[in-house]
Amino acid sequence: MAITTTEYKRCHLVKMDGRIDSASGDELNKVFKSLNEKGNYKIVFDMSGVEFMSSKGYWVLIETQKACKRYNRGELVLANAQEKIITSLDLVGMSHYFKVFNDVVSAVGHF
Amino acid sequence: MVSKKFPGKFNCLGDICEFVTGEAKAAGLDEKEIYAVQLAVDEACTNIIEHAYGGEGKGDIELICKVVNDGMEIVLKDDGEPFDPDLITKPKIGLPLEEVEPRGAGIFLIRKLMDEVIYEFSSGIGTVLKMKKKKRG
Repeated sequence: MAITTTEYKRCHLVKMDGRIDSASGDELNKVFKSLNEKGNYKIVFDMSGVEFMSSKGYWVLIETQKACKRYNRGELVLANAQEKIITSLDLVGMSHYFKVFNDVVSAVGHF
Repeated sequence: MVSKKFPGKFNCLGDICEFVTGEAKAAGLDEKEIYAVQLAVDEACTNIIEHAYGGEGKGDIELICKVVNDGMEIVLKDDGEPFDPDLITKPKIGLPLEEVEPRGAGIFLIRKLMDEVIYEFSSGIGTVLKMKKKKRG
């Protein structure tokens, strides 16, 4: 598992590789929370390296989205997510809480 | 039929996934079906650790996989508190973002992803979860 954060002019890019499950979800949550605590609420999550995401991951994304969207101060958007992951998010009715982009450039350009 | 015991710890979820993936491939499941099995087993094991054992490192999870003609059968056994999935609140779909709460998605996913899901808790100790994933076509 590796999580990296890159600062752009108008947003931050978070990238994680591997599995997002109950073992790794808290680490990802810490990274998002740390960004929020520093006043950064416009975030792109690059999921190109994410091969698996359990419901633990869904809740990390939902809680981050709640924090980002509060007071219309920002948004968490997803990029490069595998179809199987978006399909499973759909099963629990959560995919519509996120804008999903096919590449990082488009996602960063959203802000 | 193959079986293996894993410690009930979150850092074993990756190994559990690898084990079940090998058997799902042997059963001839396609990529989508394999992901469904991976996700259902992960959610079930997480529930065992969190709800049946009440935390990590308090017991083992036994995983039994069987290749059958039309797919794959999976049995998960634990020695924790009997776990009745019907007592878990189903997630509400379509709520405004602020009202979404982290409850019940695991069980909901398991039932959506697998073709058969049976929970057995008769002896007062432990739960046996039997699941089946059928091959398409």
